[in-house]
Amino acid sequence: MTPSLAIDDPVLSTFAAEVGSNGPIAVAGGRTRWDHGGSLAADARIIEAPQGIVEYRPDEMTVTVRAGTSVEELHAELAEAGQRTALPERGGSVGGALMVGENGPFVAGRGLLRASLLQVRYVSADGALVTGGGPTVKNVSGFDIPRIMVGSLGTLGLVAEAIIRTNPVPATHRFIASSDVDPFAVPDVILRPGCITWDGSTTTVMLEGHEVDVDADAARLAELGSFADVDGLPELPAHRWSLPPSDVRLLGAKPNAPAVGAFVALVGVGTVYASNPQPQRSIDPTVRLISDRMKNQFDPTGRLNPGRSVLPFEPNKAGAA
Amino acid sequence: MRGQITGRLASLVKRSSKSAIEADGPDAALLADLRSALAPDRVKMDGAQRSLLGHDASVFGGGVAGPVCYPVDAAEVSAIMTIAEQHGRGIVPRGAGTGLAGGAIPLGAPVVIAVTKMNSILEVDTENRIAWVEPGVINLDLSKHLASYGFHFAPDPSSQQVCTIGGNVGNNSGGPHCLLYGVTNAHVVAMEVVLASGEIVTLGGLDAEPDGYDLRGAFVGSEGTLGITTKIAVRLTPNAPSVRTLLLAFSTVQAAANTVSAVIADGIVPAAMEVMDQRITIAVENYVNAGYPTDAAAVLLAEVEGLEGGTAIDADRIAELGRENGAVSVRVAATDEERALLWKGRKTAFGAVAQIAPDYYLHDTVVPRSKLAEVLDQIYEIADRHDVLVMNVFHAGDGNLHPLIVFDGRIEGTWDRVHAAGGEILQASLAAGGVLSGEHGIGVEKQQYMSAMFSDDDLDHQGRLRRAFDPACRANPGKVLPAGHSCADIAALRKVPSGVWG
Repeated sequence: MTPSLAIDDPVLSTFAAEVGSNGPIAVAGGRTRWDHGGSLAADARIIEAPQGIVEYRPDEMTVTVRAGTSVEELHAELAEAGQRTALPERGGSVGGALMVGENGPFVAGRGLLRASLLQVRYVSADGALVTGGGPTVKNVSGFDIPRIMVGSLGTLGLVAEAIIRTNPVPATHRFIASSDVDPFAVPDVILRPGCITWDGSTTTVMLEGHEVDVDADAARLAELGSFADVDGLPELPAHRWSLPPSDVRLLGAKPNAPAVGAFVALVGVGTVYASNPQPQRSIDPTVRLISDRMKNQFDPTGRLNPGRSVLPFEPNKAGAA
Repeated sequence: MRGQITGRLASLVKRSSKSAIEADGPDAALLADLRSALAPDRVKMDGAQRSLLGHDASVFGGGVAGPVCYPVDAAEVSAIMTIAEQHGRGIVPRGAGTGLAGGAIPLGAPVVIAVTKMNSILEVDTENRIAWVEPGVINLDLSKHLASYGFHFAPDPSSQQVCTIGGNVGNNSGGPHCLLYGVTNAHVVAMEVVLASGEIVTLGGLDAEPDGYDLRGAFVGSEGTLGITTKIAVRLTPNAPSVRTLLLAFSTVQAAANTVSAVIADGIVPAAMEVMDQRITIAVENYVNAGYPTDAAAVLLAEVEGLEGGTAIDADRIAELGRENGAVSVRVAATDEERALLWKGRKTAFGAVAQIAPDYYLHDTVVPRSKLAEVLDQIYEIADRHDVLVMNVFHAGDGNLHPLIVFDGRIEGTWDRVHAAGGEILQASLAAGGVLSGEHGIGVEKQQYMSAMFSDDDLDHQGRLRRAFDPACRANPGKVLPAGHSCADIAALRKVPSGVWG
C-alpha cells in the first residue's frame, strides 16, 4: 500500500460517513455564492466540510487543506512563508471557492484557479472517498479528475480535501491609475501585470515583482499616459461577465455595446464586473450532452446538490428551471 | 509481482513484432467506406505504413494498425469516426509518434487517424493572446512562427523539433520551462474536437471563464482516449526581454538537489532548473562539448526570465544559494551564444547516450523536491542491483525525474532486467509521495502500475470521466486504465477480424 492509497484521516472518514449514500445532500461553505447555478432543492440535507490545514510545504509550493477551511485562514498561514494561491479572496471556504470556480481580480498575476488544484479528495455519490490527481506540482497520471471538479458546484462529488499549488508573494506591489492611457496598450508593455482594470474612463494597473522591475514598468507606462499612485482597485460591481479579452474594447459609450451597465473590466483577461448580470449564453448541444453524461456517471441518482447545475437550464430541455 | 512485465504488456515489448498484412481481407468493406469519405490516396493499407504506425518512440511494439487515414479537416475526421463505429472498430489518433509511453500504439487493429496533413497555423490573435492551430503543427515551428510577434508556445518537450501540438494536448506535455509557465493544460484555452461518436464540438473558449464543467481541462492529457483535436487555441506567452542562464557544479547530487529546494523556498520561481548527473554530463561533453564540468557529481542548469533588473537579482541569489549549498563552481552565461551552448548540452542529452549503448529506456516519475536526492540514491542502487546502467537528467525544479537506463538489448535477458529496474524505480517514486508520470503519460507503459497509485474507486471514477466523452470506449482502446477496469477490456480489442493479427 503506497501512501497515496491510504486515506487514513479519520476526519475525512467521518465526513464521508456523514454524506452517506442516500438522500439529497449539499455542503455549505461561506454561502457567498449560495444561489450560483440554481436554488438548492428544499429537501436537501445541508452539512459542513471538515476544516484545517493538513500540511504546508513552502519548499514544495503545495498546501494540503480541508475543504471547510476559510480562504482567509489559509492565506494568513501562507503569508507567513511569503506565499499565496490562486483562490479568490472574497470570503468563503476553500472548497466553496473551488466548486464555484471563479477567479479573483488578480488572476493575471496569481494564475487560474482551475490550474491550481493538484489533488482533490471528495466523497462520491455512493459515499466513497475518492482521490483524483496527485500531490506533486507536475502530474499526468491518468484522467484529470481535478480539472472537472473545479467549477463543478459540488454536482459530481463533495470535496473534502485539496492539495493546492502555492506561489511566492512578489517582493513589492504598487497600484497606479490613469485616465488618459489606452488601456489596451498596457498589456503590450508590461510583461507580467498583477491586474489591469478599466471602467470606461480610468485604467488601474497593479504592478508586482522586484522593486526595480515595478519601477521599470511604471516608467514604461508613464510614456503611455499620466499615472498617479492609488490605494487599490476601484470598487467591483456585483455581477460578473465572461468575455473574450478583445470584447472588452466594445464596452463603454459605444453603439451596440454589451449591456453591462456600470463596469470594471479586467483588461487582457475578459472578466467584467458589472452592475447588470450577463444574459444566459447558448450552450452547444454536444457540450450539454457530455455534461449530462458526466453528471449521470458521477451522480446517477442526482443526490448531490440537487437543483444546481453548471449549465443554465433551458426551457426546452428536460428538468425544471 | 511488481517489476515483472506481465499480461498484454509483455506481448508489446519490442522483440519481434512482425505482423501479417492482408489488405483485401476482412477489412475490404471498411477500406472502401473510408476511401469514399476521404480521397482514396489518403487512406493507406499497405504493409509499410501499417508497420511503421504499429509502434511509436517508446520501447513497446507489437501494435497492429488498421487502415491509416490522413484527414484534412474536422468533417473528414467525423466521417472516419462514423465509419469506424459502423464497422465496430476503434480509432487511434496519431501525431508525430514521439510518445514514450506507447500511447499511440494501435491495439486491436483500430483505424489510425494521422493528423500530419492538418498542420496549418490558422490564426494568430495577439489581442486575445492565442493562436488557432491545427493538431499536426510542429511544436517548435509554432514558437518560431510566433517569434516575430514577440511570443512563444511555452511547453518545450525535448522532442519539440518533431512533436505535434495535437500530441502535446494528448499527453499534456511539459519540458524544462514548464517550471515557470506550467504544462500544456495551462496553454490551451479552447479546442475543436471530434468525439468517437462523430460529433464535432468546441471545448473551452476564448472568454475568461467558459460555462460548465472544464471539459477542455479533462481532454488535455487524456492520451487520445476522449476523441481527437482538430483545431486548438493555444495561449501565447510573451518572450521575456531578459534571460539569464547559470550552470552550477556540485560535488554531490544531494547538494544540487538541496539547492533546488532552497531556491524555491526562497521565493524564486526560475523558468527552468535542470539537473544532470556526472554520467550524463560526461556523455554530453563527449558529444557536443558544451563546456560542462565533467569532474562534478552533478550540474544544475538554472534559468530566470523576466525584466533586466529582476533577473539580475534572481540570478545572483541562485548563485549565492548554490554556494551556500556547496556549489564548487558557478558559471553565468555571458552571451546568447554561451546560453545556447549550455542548453544544447541539456537538449542533446538523449542523443549523447547513443554512443554508450545501443538502447535506452527513458523513465518519467515525479517526487516531492525534498525527496529528490533520496530517491536518486535509490535509483542508483536499483540499477546496480539489476546490473543496468542508469543516468539521470531531469527537471529538478518540479521534481520530475527522468532516469535513463542504458543497455544493449541484444544481450539475452537484458530487457527483463531493464523492466524490473524500471518497475522498482516507479515504486520508489510512489513510496516517496510521488506520482507515476510527470509528462510522458500512462499509455500502455504504466497501466499495470495505476493500481499502485490509485484505489479501485479512484480508477472507477477516472473511467466515469472517460465514458462521459466516449461511452463505447472506442477512442484509443486499451490505454491508460489497467486491466479489470472499464474501457481497459473492451470488445473492440477482442473483435479483431481474422487475418489482421499476425
